[in-house]
Amino acid sequence: MSAVAEAPVVLTRSDARSLPGETGMVERPRRRFLPFDPWHLFLAPLAAVMLLPLLWMVVTSLQTEAQTFHFPPILWPGTPRFGNYSEVLGQSAFGTWFWNTTVVTVTVVASNLVLCTLAAYAFARIHFLGRTFVYFVILATLMVPLQVVLIPTFLIVKELGLLDRLGALVVPNLVNVFGIFLLTQFFRTLPIELEEAARIDGASRLSILLRIVVPLSLPALATLAVIQFLWTWNDFLWPLVTILTNQDAFTLQLGLATFQGAHNTQWHLVSAANIMSMLPMIVLFLLAQRYFVRGIATQGLKG
Amino acid sequence: MRWRSPGRLGDLTAGRALRTVDRFRRFLVSDHAAGWAFILPSVILIAVFGIVPILWGLILSFQKAGLISPEREWVGVSNYAKIASDPKARQAAVNTIYYSALFVPASILVALFIAHALNRRIAFVRFYRLAVFIPVVTSTIATGIMFLWLFDKNYGLANWLLGKVGLGPFGFFEDPNQAMIALVLMTVWGWLGFDTIIYLAALQGVPQELLEAASIDGASRWSSFWRVTWPMLGPATLLLVVWSTISALQLFDEVFFVTHGGPLGRTSVVVFYVYRLAFEQGLGSLSLAGYAAAIAYVLFLVILLLTLAQFWLGRRVVHYSS
Repeated sequence: MSAVAEAPVVLTRSDARSLPGETGMVERPRRRFLPFDPWHLFLAPLAAVMLLPLLWMVVTSLQTEAQTFHFPPILWPGTPRFGNYSEVLGQSAFGTWFWNTTVVTVTVVASNLVLCTLAAYAFARIHFLGRTFVYFVILATLMVPLQVVLIPTFLIVKELGLLDRLGALVVPNLVNVFGIFLLTQFFRTLPIELEEAARIDGASRLSILLRIVVPLSLPALATLAVIQFLWTWNDFLWPLVTILTNQDAFTLQLGLATFQGAHNTQWHLVSAANIMSMLPMIVLFLLAQRYFVRGIATQGLKG
Repeated sequence: MRWRSPGRLGDLTAGRALRTVDRFRRFLVSDHAAGWAFILPSVILIAVFGIVPILWGLILSFQKAGLISPEREWVGVSNYAKIASDPKARQAAVNTIYYSALFVPASILVALFIAHALNRRIAFVRFYRLAVFIPVVTSTIATGIMFLWLFDKNYGLANWLLGKVGLGPFGFFEDPNQAMIALVLMTVWGWLGFDTIIYLAALQGVPQELLEAASIDGASRWSSFWRVTWPMLGPATLLLVVWSTISALQLFDEVFFVTHGGPLGRTSVVVFYVYRLAFEQGLGSLSLAGYAAAIAYVLFLVILLLTLAQFWLGRRVVHYSS
């Protein structure tokens, strides 16, 4: 500060740039050993390593059984054998698993969108008796890890007669505390003036929520939807515990695990089944990458 | 609404009833009723599937109980006392600590470096990011299948590639001494994208002016990273340390599917042991669900204390800019 005060000359932007020792990050002259950015030397192999397990699975899924048991590994199967995929569909109840997982996931995501929105709006905007207390108690359950509640929740689901049914996968997950938290935080950032104006015009709470708040919150709702979709689609422990013997209620993850167990030397089939199980999630990710990344970057949650 | 008067005495009660109705109606349009109406479905579900299980689990931990048999016998704290003298519980604890001690620093440091590499405008950066993020959406079972095959002792690609540089062959999941390391590699692969996204978001929040100022003052890239960027990443690092520790201590899916606790129990972690006690043995007549619940509660307590300690430490070390 004092240096500026003593300096008789007024510094302009261009003057500052020509001061000795000043080098902006961008303009710093660098000796170039390579015709491209040296970071590629790290990033390209990194991308290869990250994609390798997936690519190798694709290659294996197109090989014959004999080719999979060849060492050194055969990196490209010559004529790709798409028949492995139809063989999996013929040998397993893949269609049933896929359908069950879709039904459970869609129901859970839809119900979470509705219930979390309602609850979060109340926590964010309505002053009612016990609001702070209830919100605190609900959030506190987020801290309790699954394995603590695993056994008692199993017993509750058993009491409700839901064991071995898809209901066991749906009912306990109809609402997610994380979703309520995410949306409450988001709703609090919305400008309240619009809602106040609508309230003066006599609009009900519900119509304010549906006509003003929800349209403004589509990015947050999309984030909740994709994260919930990811969790439900990929969930393994809860289906493992509650779907005991009824194969008609198997989810994809459960079916895939048993399929691998039953065909654990037929890697061409296991690979094909695995690729088919991953495909919907990967397609969704490519379509909605923004929301996945936002969901993780804002609150930081995986499974 | 019209109220029929049932006579003199009735008038009094009717008047009171009217007032009650009026109050009820006012309540119906009040914020209290609206608020509770909005949260009620969620509150009921969370109570039944979130709060009751927490309390029930605590009760179970003081009982001798199986999952299928309805008999419940109070045994006081003996379930808790049993943990200390159970060699399998001790082994599970050791394995869990070993895994967490490898997984937490490895995943966070590698992610930091990757995020730093990805935080620049160069060609193909969208592709590189995609490659790092994709494992985030692959399920643990899908990941397990890929790595079981990749790390296959006899026909796996990993042994072939490592053999090319003169390493191996490795037993990976089948070798008692390597199985946990292989699990760490697999889970780091699966979690890197998650950690990287968090660090990338934090890196993009570092004000460019600060880095320019450091550069003007003659700081090297290395020192401006550690003196300027790293402190600004404090909150993200704290979040990742807390989050990775919590999830490392709760490792289950990968162990259940890939190694099933083996070989020789070397990958049997706490939650896997809890699962085995309750659902593989306790489902029968052994009545070990109460004991399993006690272990689960102890783990919960450990996680809770560790998280509080990390936040307490973090608050002293981490600098929050806003």
